[in-house]
Amino acid sequence: MRAIDDVSGAAVSEEKLVSAKPLRETRAHTRTSARGAPDWLSFALPLTVAGFFLVLWHLGVRLSGSDLFPTPAEVARGVIELAQRGLLLKYIVASLFRVSWGFALAVMIGVPLGLMLGWYARAFQALNPLIQIFRPISPIAWIPLAILWFGVTDMAPIFLIFLASVFPITVSAIAAVQNMQPVYLRAARNFGLSRGELFRQVILRASLPQIITGIRIALGVAWLVVVAAEMIAVNSGLGYLIIDARNAGKRYDLVVAGMVMIGLIGLMLDLLVRQLEKFDEVRWGYSNR
Amino acid sequence: MFDVRCWVFDVCFSIFSLSDSVMSEPAISIRNCSVTFPGQRPGESIDVLQDVSANVATGEFVCLVGPSGCGKSTLLNVVGGFLEATSGEVLVEGQPVRGPDPRRIFVFQENGVFPWLNVQENIAFGLRRRAAAERTQIVAHYTTMVGLTGFEAAYPRELSGGMRQRVEIARALAANPDIIYMDEPFGALDFITRLKMRADLVRIWQSEKKTILFVTHDIEEAVQLADRVLIMSQRPATIQEVVEIDLPRPRDLDSPGYLEKRDQIFRVMGMSLRVGETSGV
Repeated sequence: MRAIDDVSGAAVSEEKLVSAKPLRETRAHTRTSARGAPDWLSFALPLTVAGFFLVLWHLGVRLSGSDLFPTPAEVARGVIELAQRGLLLKYIVASLFRVSWGFALAVMIGVPLGLMLGWYARAFQALNPLIQIFRPISPIAWIPLAILWFGVTDMAPIFLIFLASVFPITVSAIAAVQNMQPVYLRAARNFGLSRGELFRQVILRASLPQIITGIRIALGVAWLVVVAAEMIAVNSGLGYLIIDARNAGKRYDLVVAGMVMIGLIGLMLDLLVRQLEKFDEVRWGYSNR
Repeated sequence: MFDVRCWVFDVCFSIFSLSDSVMSEPAISIRNCSVTFPGQRPGESIDVLQDVSANVATGEFVCLVGPSGCGKSTLLNVVGGFLEATSGEVLVEGQPVRGPDPRRIFVFQENGVFPWLNVQENIAFGLRRRAAAERTQIVAHYTTMVGLTGFEAAYPRELSGGMRQRVEIARALAANPDIIYMDEPFGALDFITRLKMRADLVRIWQSEKKTILFVTHDIEEAVQLADRVLIMSQRPATIQEVVEIDLPRPRDLDSPGYLEKRDQIFRVMGMSLRVGETSGV
């Protein structure tokens, strides 16, 4: 005899057992082998390739007999020299300062603007063509106008970084709202949310994973642009360091030292933004990756 | 003396029966609802619902069954206020439906639990205007009721499909609605989980005394759950037949009474398949 209310409790406890194990483990597989031991190859492999690259670089410079192009060791000495002269920290701070301001402005304007345009179809119709025309213009092309408007001040590169980052952020926010699962909206309407609550508690939250992806792209572009802007529009920063080292005495060891620092800081910025993707509030949006 | 007592008894009786008739105003009254969707080509239109009328009494558990694509969900969306009927109207507690309302909560087929909130935040979603202490207490109560104790801080992506559906049911109950609309809520679950969810839903319904209107294409599910089953026809859908399931609970799925009701509904739907032009089941 099967009574419907009598289906054994085993069903639910089994269901719980299966799912009580959080799915967090899936990501760990990249760093551990199937047996659970630390996968030393995942560290050794990239290190070996990088070491091989440095050796090739060194040999290439030596064999060509170039006295302008630096070896890796000379670049390292260049970094130390910059640090000792106090320029390294100063220029890094200058570049990061500009990126922070331009980027923060882009987030503050791009996210609300994107949410609005994603939600109000008429506003999207009205503004989207303009955005699509401005978007493909490289921020570098704006440098003359930036100098015309802001002179040789921090405002010029900040403006350029803002331009570079605001489009990826806005466009990802628009797409996030437009692609939002309708069931979240229906549930929100059912619970009688006010317009403000709907935006803060549902539309923004549902769009956040995609917005963060846009922010990652934007920060990468912003870091590219700050270097270019500093080469022309200001007298400090890592971009200025590169152009200045070349112009004043053909110090190519310092040029490459500047490039290495740009690469390392860019990597760190990306790792930093990636941490945002690990918050529980947005992890659901990346679950299949 | 005896006469007076009789007279008093009569008056009391009539007062009670009067209040009874006031009480028995249907919770949901669907009146001649038709829904027509625009077709693929301009000028073309698809009649989904045709002159549907039905009532659901307060506290009643009613299942709406019918072949897939017949318009069950469309009807539920009209009743829930998410879709406007082309003609006719729906009265809920005597008032025409103008849109979704927090006093009637929808449980969605595709699971409407918010993935950015954990279990207890989801369950608390309809309690925004309550005091914090009260909110905590209500959330704890319904977390226990749906059997999710120990998972309060888990996020939906860490839960199985059945558990996510439990979260959504708890969220609906916590908002203390008069009516719960359920649109094939167990459709995506495996057989065993589905049986367990039905048993739990009946238990919860018995203790909470909510009115439930439940859409399903699963005839067995309808007979296990409902007080009354409304059988819809093929499109354009009407209510083809109403079957009272006057079986005691917990229901014995092997009893002759259960099998008889089940087969009766099968027959009603089977006949309509033979008459119809396409077999859309």
